[in-house]
Amino acid sequence: MVSPGTAVVVSDAIPNPGFPPERPRVTDLDPKKATGQERRITLMFFVSILASVFAVAAYIAFPITPGDMGSVRISNLLLGLGIAIALLAIGYGAVHWSKALMSGHDLVEMRHETRGSDETRARAAEIFRLGNEESGFSRRVVMRNTMIGALIASILPAIVVFRDLAPRQDPVQLLKHTVWKKNTRLTRDPEGTPIKASDVTLGSVFHVIPEGLNELTDRLEEKAKAAVLLVRLDPSELHESPERRNWSYDGIVAYSKICTHVGCPVALYEQHTHHLLCPCHQSQFDISHEARVIFGPAKRPLPQLPITVDDEGYLVAQSDFHEPVGPSFWERSL
Amino acid sequence: MASAALIIIGLLTTGGAYALVTTSATAETPAASQQQVDEGSKLFQANCATCHGMQAQGTDAGPSLIGVGAAAVDFQVGTGRMPMAASGPQAEKKPPQFDQAQTDALAAYVASLAPGPAKPDPKYLQANGDAAKGAELFRVNCAMCHNVAGAGGALTEGKFAPELRDVSAAHIYEAMVTGPQNMPVFNDLNLSPQDKADIITYLRNWASAPSPGGLDLGSLGPVAEGLFMWIFGLGAVVAVTVWLTAKSN
Repeated sequence: MVSPGTAVVVSDAIPNPGFPPERPRVTDLDPKKATGQERRITLMFFVSILASVFAVAAYIAFPITPGDMGSVRISNLLLGLGIAIALLAIGYGAVHWSKALMSGHDLVEMRHETRGSDETRARAAEIFRLGNEESGFSRRVVMRNTMIGALIASILPAIVVFRDLAPRQDPVQLLKHTVWKKNTRLTRDPEGTPIKASDVTLGSVFHVIPEGLNELTDRLEEKAKAAVLLVRLDPSELHESPERRNWSYDGIVAYSKICTHVGCPVALYEQHTHHLLCPCHQSQFDISHEARVIFGPAKRPLPQLPITVDDEGYLVAQSDFHEPVGPSFWERSL
Repeated sequence: MASAALIIIGLLTTGGAYALVTTSATAETPAASQQQVDEGSKLFQANCATCHGMQAQGTDAGPSLIGVGAAAVDFQVGTGRMPMAASGPQAEKKPPQFDQAQTDALAAYVASLAPGPAKPDPKYLQANGDAAKGAELFRVNCAMCHNVAGAGGALTEGKFAPELRDVSAAHIYEAMVTGPQNMPVFNDLNLSPQDKADIITYLRNWASAPSPGGLDLGSLGPVAEGLFMWIFGLGAVVAVTVWLTAKSN
């Protein structure tokens, strides 16, 4: 019977060419050559033994001195070379043995049928039936069901423990908010020293973390959301929409450093073109036009941090970001 | 009478220029002599004025140099970037056209136009700072463009961040202060002179440290390493496969 999938019969199919005619190897014809090959293979195994001994000797002769990277390098190199040559020589010898000296006749071994014989199948069914009868698996229902219940319950601790690795708070809220809030000072990464507006000269770029970040226990998690890039542009080059007019201070603008594509730190800033390049997937943002995307896979502009200065002249945030930073997530409304 | 007036005018101009130079060069560097400024002015008219204008005021072909300071001149001319060989995405490093004395004269002239960043104090160029602190600052501020090993990297539209391993300490310092071409400025209020010295220490440390992994393939990261494995690793796998399946004769 022809199944639907194999119903097409190709009329001009290429016929099976079969095996090429068998030709004897030189080692089959000339016993001297065979002995030569045997010697060569023996030599390979001998080389392997020597290389193994060499690896041990080199490991002892060139110890690793703590603090000296050069000694790590020489130790690793010689040990690795010894082991590599030892294993390669075994492989080469074994393969060459089988190719040059072992029987070289072509053999055809047909695949056996997937379906077992009727006898085997009947025997298997019998074993199942006997097992069921002797254990009472389908007869002693309560006992069986409690065992199944116990197996299911045994997974519960793992589920509870692994679920508890997730943040305690609602992850959506965690993704939507950062540690920036009203009057948080902008500080230098990594020292955490506050930045005066007058420090940020034209063409400068500051890598910024919120004040107090270094004191947090989860500072790396928070930094991954709160990192900011601060640049000063000539105010005439800054194109701001009316609702964001007071988000910058005298040409100083702050944008999230977390790419809206998949969250790499975007920090390759070009002073004259005002382009910001993401090193991972080459998204480009134009800082002079509210960090709009001008190239690459990112789909949204980088979120802007509204800033102003406090009484002492230090740059502070007006609020948190007005939209979630970083890449998209399921519950993101924007 | 006329000659006396001429002398007074001459004295006043020289004095004025001298005062300008001394204020611009700040206290840390020795003031450039008037002779140097004159020499620099001549060199400037002959080599730079075509693009930067007769008074260094800038033209359509080149930016104004008023206020860029001696550090910018020493970097741009000292690394051979200026005078530019041809216009392109960015001015590239090449053998310098002027010797150090001529470069200093040009720097003195440009510094005499308006105050600007002076050449760095040699005490910050000794590479004897805190390499670990420098490494941290380098990772935050520099590594995204220049690569964590200072091997350089690509930017947009044909521009690139050059490699830093064989750049002199003074030029590294000057580049941070002045922000040449598309590099942002890292002024002394962002990275203090000691921070800059630490960064230089880190870079020098990296250049002299042996590579524990052997061949570093230019320290370029996954691109160079991946290409190496693609060609030589996969090449070896293919060669072994061919050998394994070939019939012995």
